[in-house]
Amino acid sequence: MSYLLNPQVIIDQIINGLTIGGIYALIALGYTLVYGILFMINFAHGEIFMFGSFGGFAALTYFVNSGFSDTHPGLSIVAAFLAAMVVSAILGALLERIAYRPLRNAPRLAPLISAIGASIFLQNVMMLIIKARMQVYPDIIQEEFLEFGWFSISYFQLFIISGSVLLMVGLYLFIQKTKTGKAMRAVAEDRDAASLMGIDVNRIILITFVIGSALAAAAGVMVGIYYTQIDHMMGFIPGIKAFTAAVLGGIGNVPGAMLGGYFLGLAEAFGVLFMPAEYKDVIAFGLLVLVLIFRPSGILGEVVSERA
Amino acid sequence: MNKGQGLLTVRDIHIYYGNIHAIKGISLVVRKGEIVTLIGSNGAGKTTVLNAVSGVLKTRQGSIDFEGTRINRLSPHSIVRMGISQVPEGRKIFSRLTVTENLEMGAFIRNDIKEIVKDMEGVFELFPRLRERRGQIAGTLSGGEQQMLATARALMARPQLLLLDEPSMGLAPLLVETIFDTIQRISEEGTTILLVEQNALMAFVIATRGYVIQTGRIALEDKIENLSKNEMVRDLYLGGDLD
Repeated sequence: MSYLLNPQVIIDQIINGLTIGGIYALIALGYTLVYGILFMINFAHGEIFMFGSFGGFAALTYFVNSGFSDTHPGLSIVAAFLAAMVVSAILGALLERIAYRPLRNAPRLAPLISAIGASIFLQNVMMLIIKARMQVYPDIIQEEFLEFGWFSISYFQLFIISGSVLLMVGLYLFIQKTKTGKAMRAVAEDRDAASLMGIDVNRIILITFVIGSALAAAAGVMVGIYYTQIDHMMGFIPGIKAFTAAVLGGIGNVPGAMLGGYFLGLAEAFGVLFMPAEYKDVIAFGLLVLVLIFRPSGILGEVVSERA
Repeated sequence: MNKGQGLLTVRDIHIYYGNIHAIKGISLVVRKGEIVTLIGSNGAGKTTVLNAVSGVLKTRQGSIDFEGTRINRLSPHSIVRMGISQVPEGRKIFSRLTVTENLEMGAFIRNDIKEIVKDMEGVFELFPRLRERRGQIAGTLSGGEQQMLATARALMARPQLLLLDEPSMGLAPLLVETIFDTIQRISEEGTTILLVEQNALMAFVIATRGYVIQTGRIALEDKIENLSKNEMVRDLYLGGDLD
């Protein structure tokens, strides 16, 4: 195992871990934002991520066919991200409105079942659209590596790492500084008291779904660009892993979801140094079991107290 | 302005908790500039009436009008926009937000940022303790400070009508007096007040009129000077030791 002492291997794995960790974190934020307000797990979130990836795919394909991407590659990518985020935001809003809001006051199991139903429904919708065939993301930019003496980083990785950090900083500032962000925190803490401030709680819940979905869409486009192949089942494993990341960090806690995402990404990246790559998923879910046993509230989670 | 005109008119409302008939036909009027108090023992339905006015609870029968507009089918957030703010029972401050953020949430319906800043200065004037703690997380405040914050937060909406639910609950006597002095000042500055209190002794010091609620019905309604002479009120709610 001498390669473990090789700084190049370690740095490569840190870069890989931060890349995939940023993607996990972006998806995990959607779980945690919704849980923070509604105390429910949106199990269709992985499908929102998948639809976002296809939204970006459709936009990029259009730009390639129309020749727009030849002249404006950077703009094409930005537009693809925006298109993906709009698709997922609308989908997230519809999901909340149709599948969850009518069950707001139902027993907790009901919205959970509704979420699983929505998840299967959305997988099948996409399967019909793409006729169950894997799609290949158009490559607008050739993958090149930046060399830094004894390590290198690909443009894609640099782009994903910085893009996810940028989105998360943006989200954090939005939640901390804007009026809507503060209202989200107020609603998360006490829905009734928030409505007594004149806050339209339903609107805030809708906005929460929209934001979480848009972040998942960004992650979807990143996965498309990074791994190039996408299909209608692509939301399942990343969805569950991001959920794991959210629980690792403390579900309902925004910095926790970010931390959990990176933690999981790095754990997987370093895990493959010790065991075959096929066991990558074992690491993620093994970590989940360990956290649930020893610290059920997660790394940054507060001990949940019963509300009066 | 038409002084003496009903700002809030509650007519024959009935409220149920499941099958329990909690409010059995209550009517009351609050006129502009008044401090009206609602007294009664625990479980009589005082808080229920306030929650119906603020829209948190729905009435099954009867009507609630505010400035001539029917409000008992509106959602709580629309009622706040009409000019009614509530300091809820148990304060319900946002304990994970800072003091300043709590006040900002109180002003959520407003967009006049300069005026909001001015009003924040105003409530700091009213409650100097809050100014000292403005950056602090609200959950770390003492009970009295939390009551101040809840009251200040409601004022930030610039309500015409302020609903106060048990502002004295759990506070040391000296603090209760401070809070009631402040309520009087708020009233003098032009806000109409509907005050629910178990501490009738304190409520009677500042209120102009009062209603006595017993098991979901109004038992008595009168000016405070008359209520405080009433034998039943003295025995049941004032501990018989007024004067």
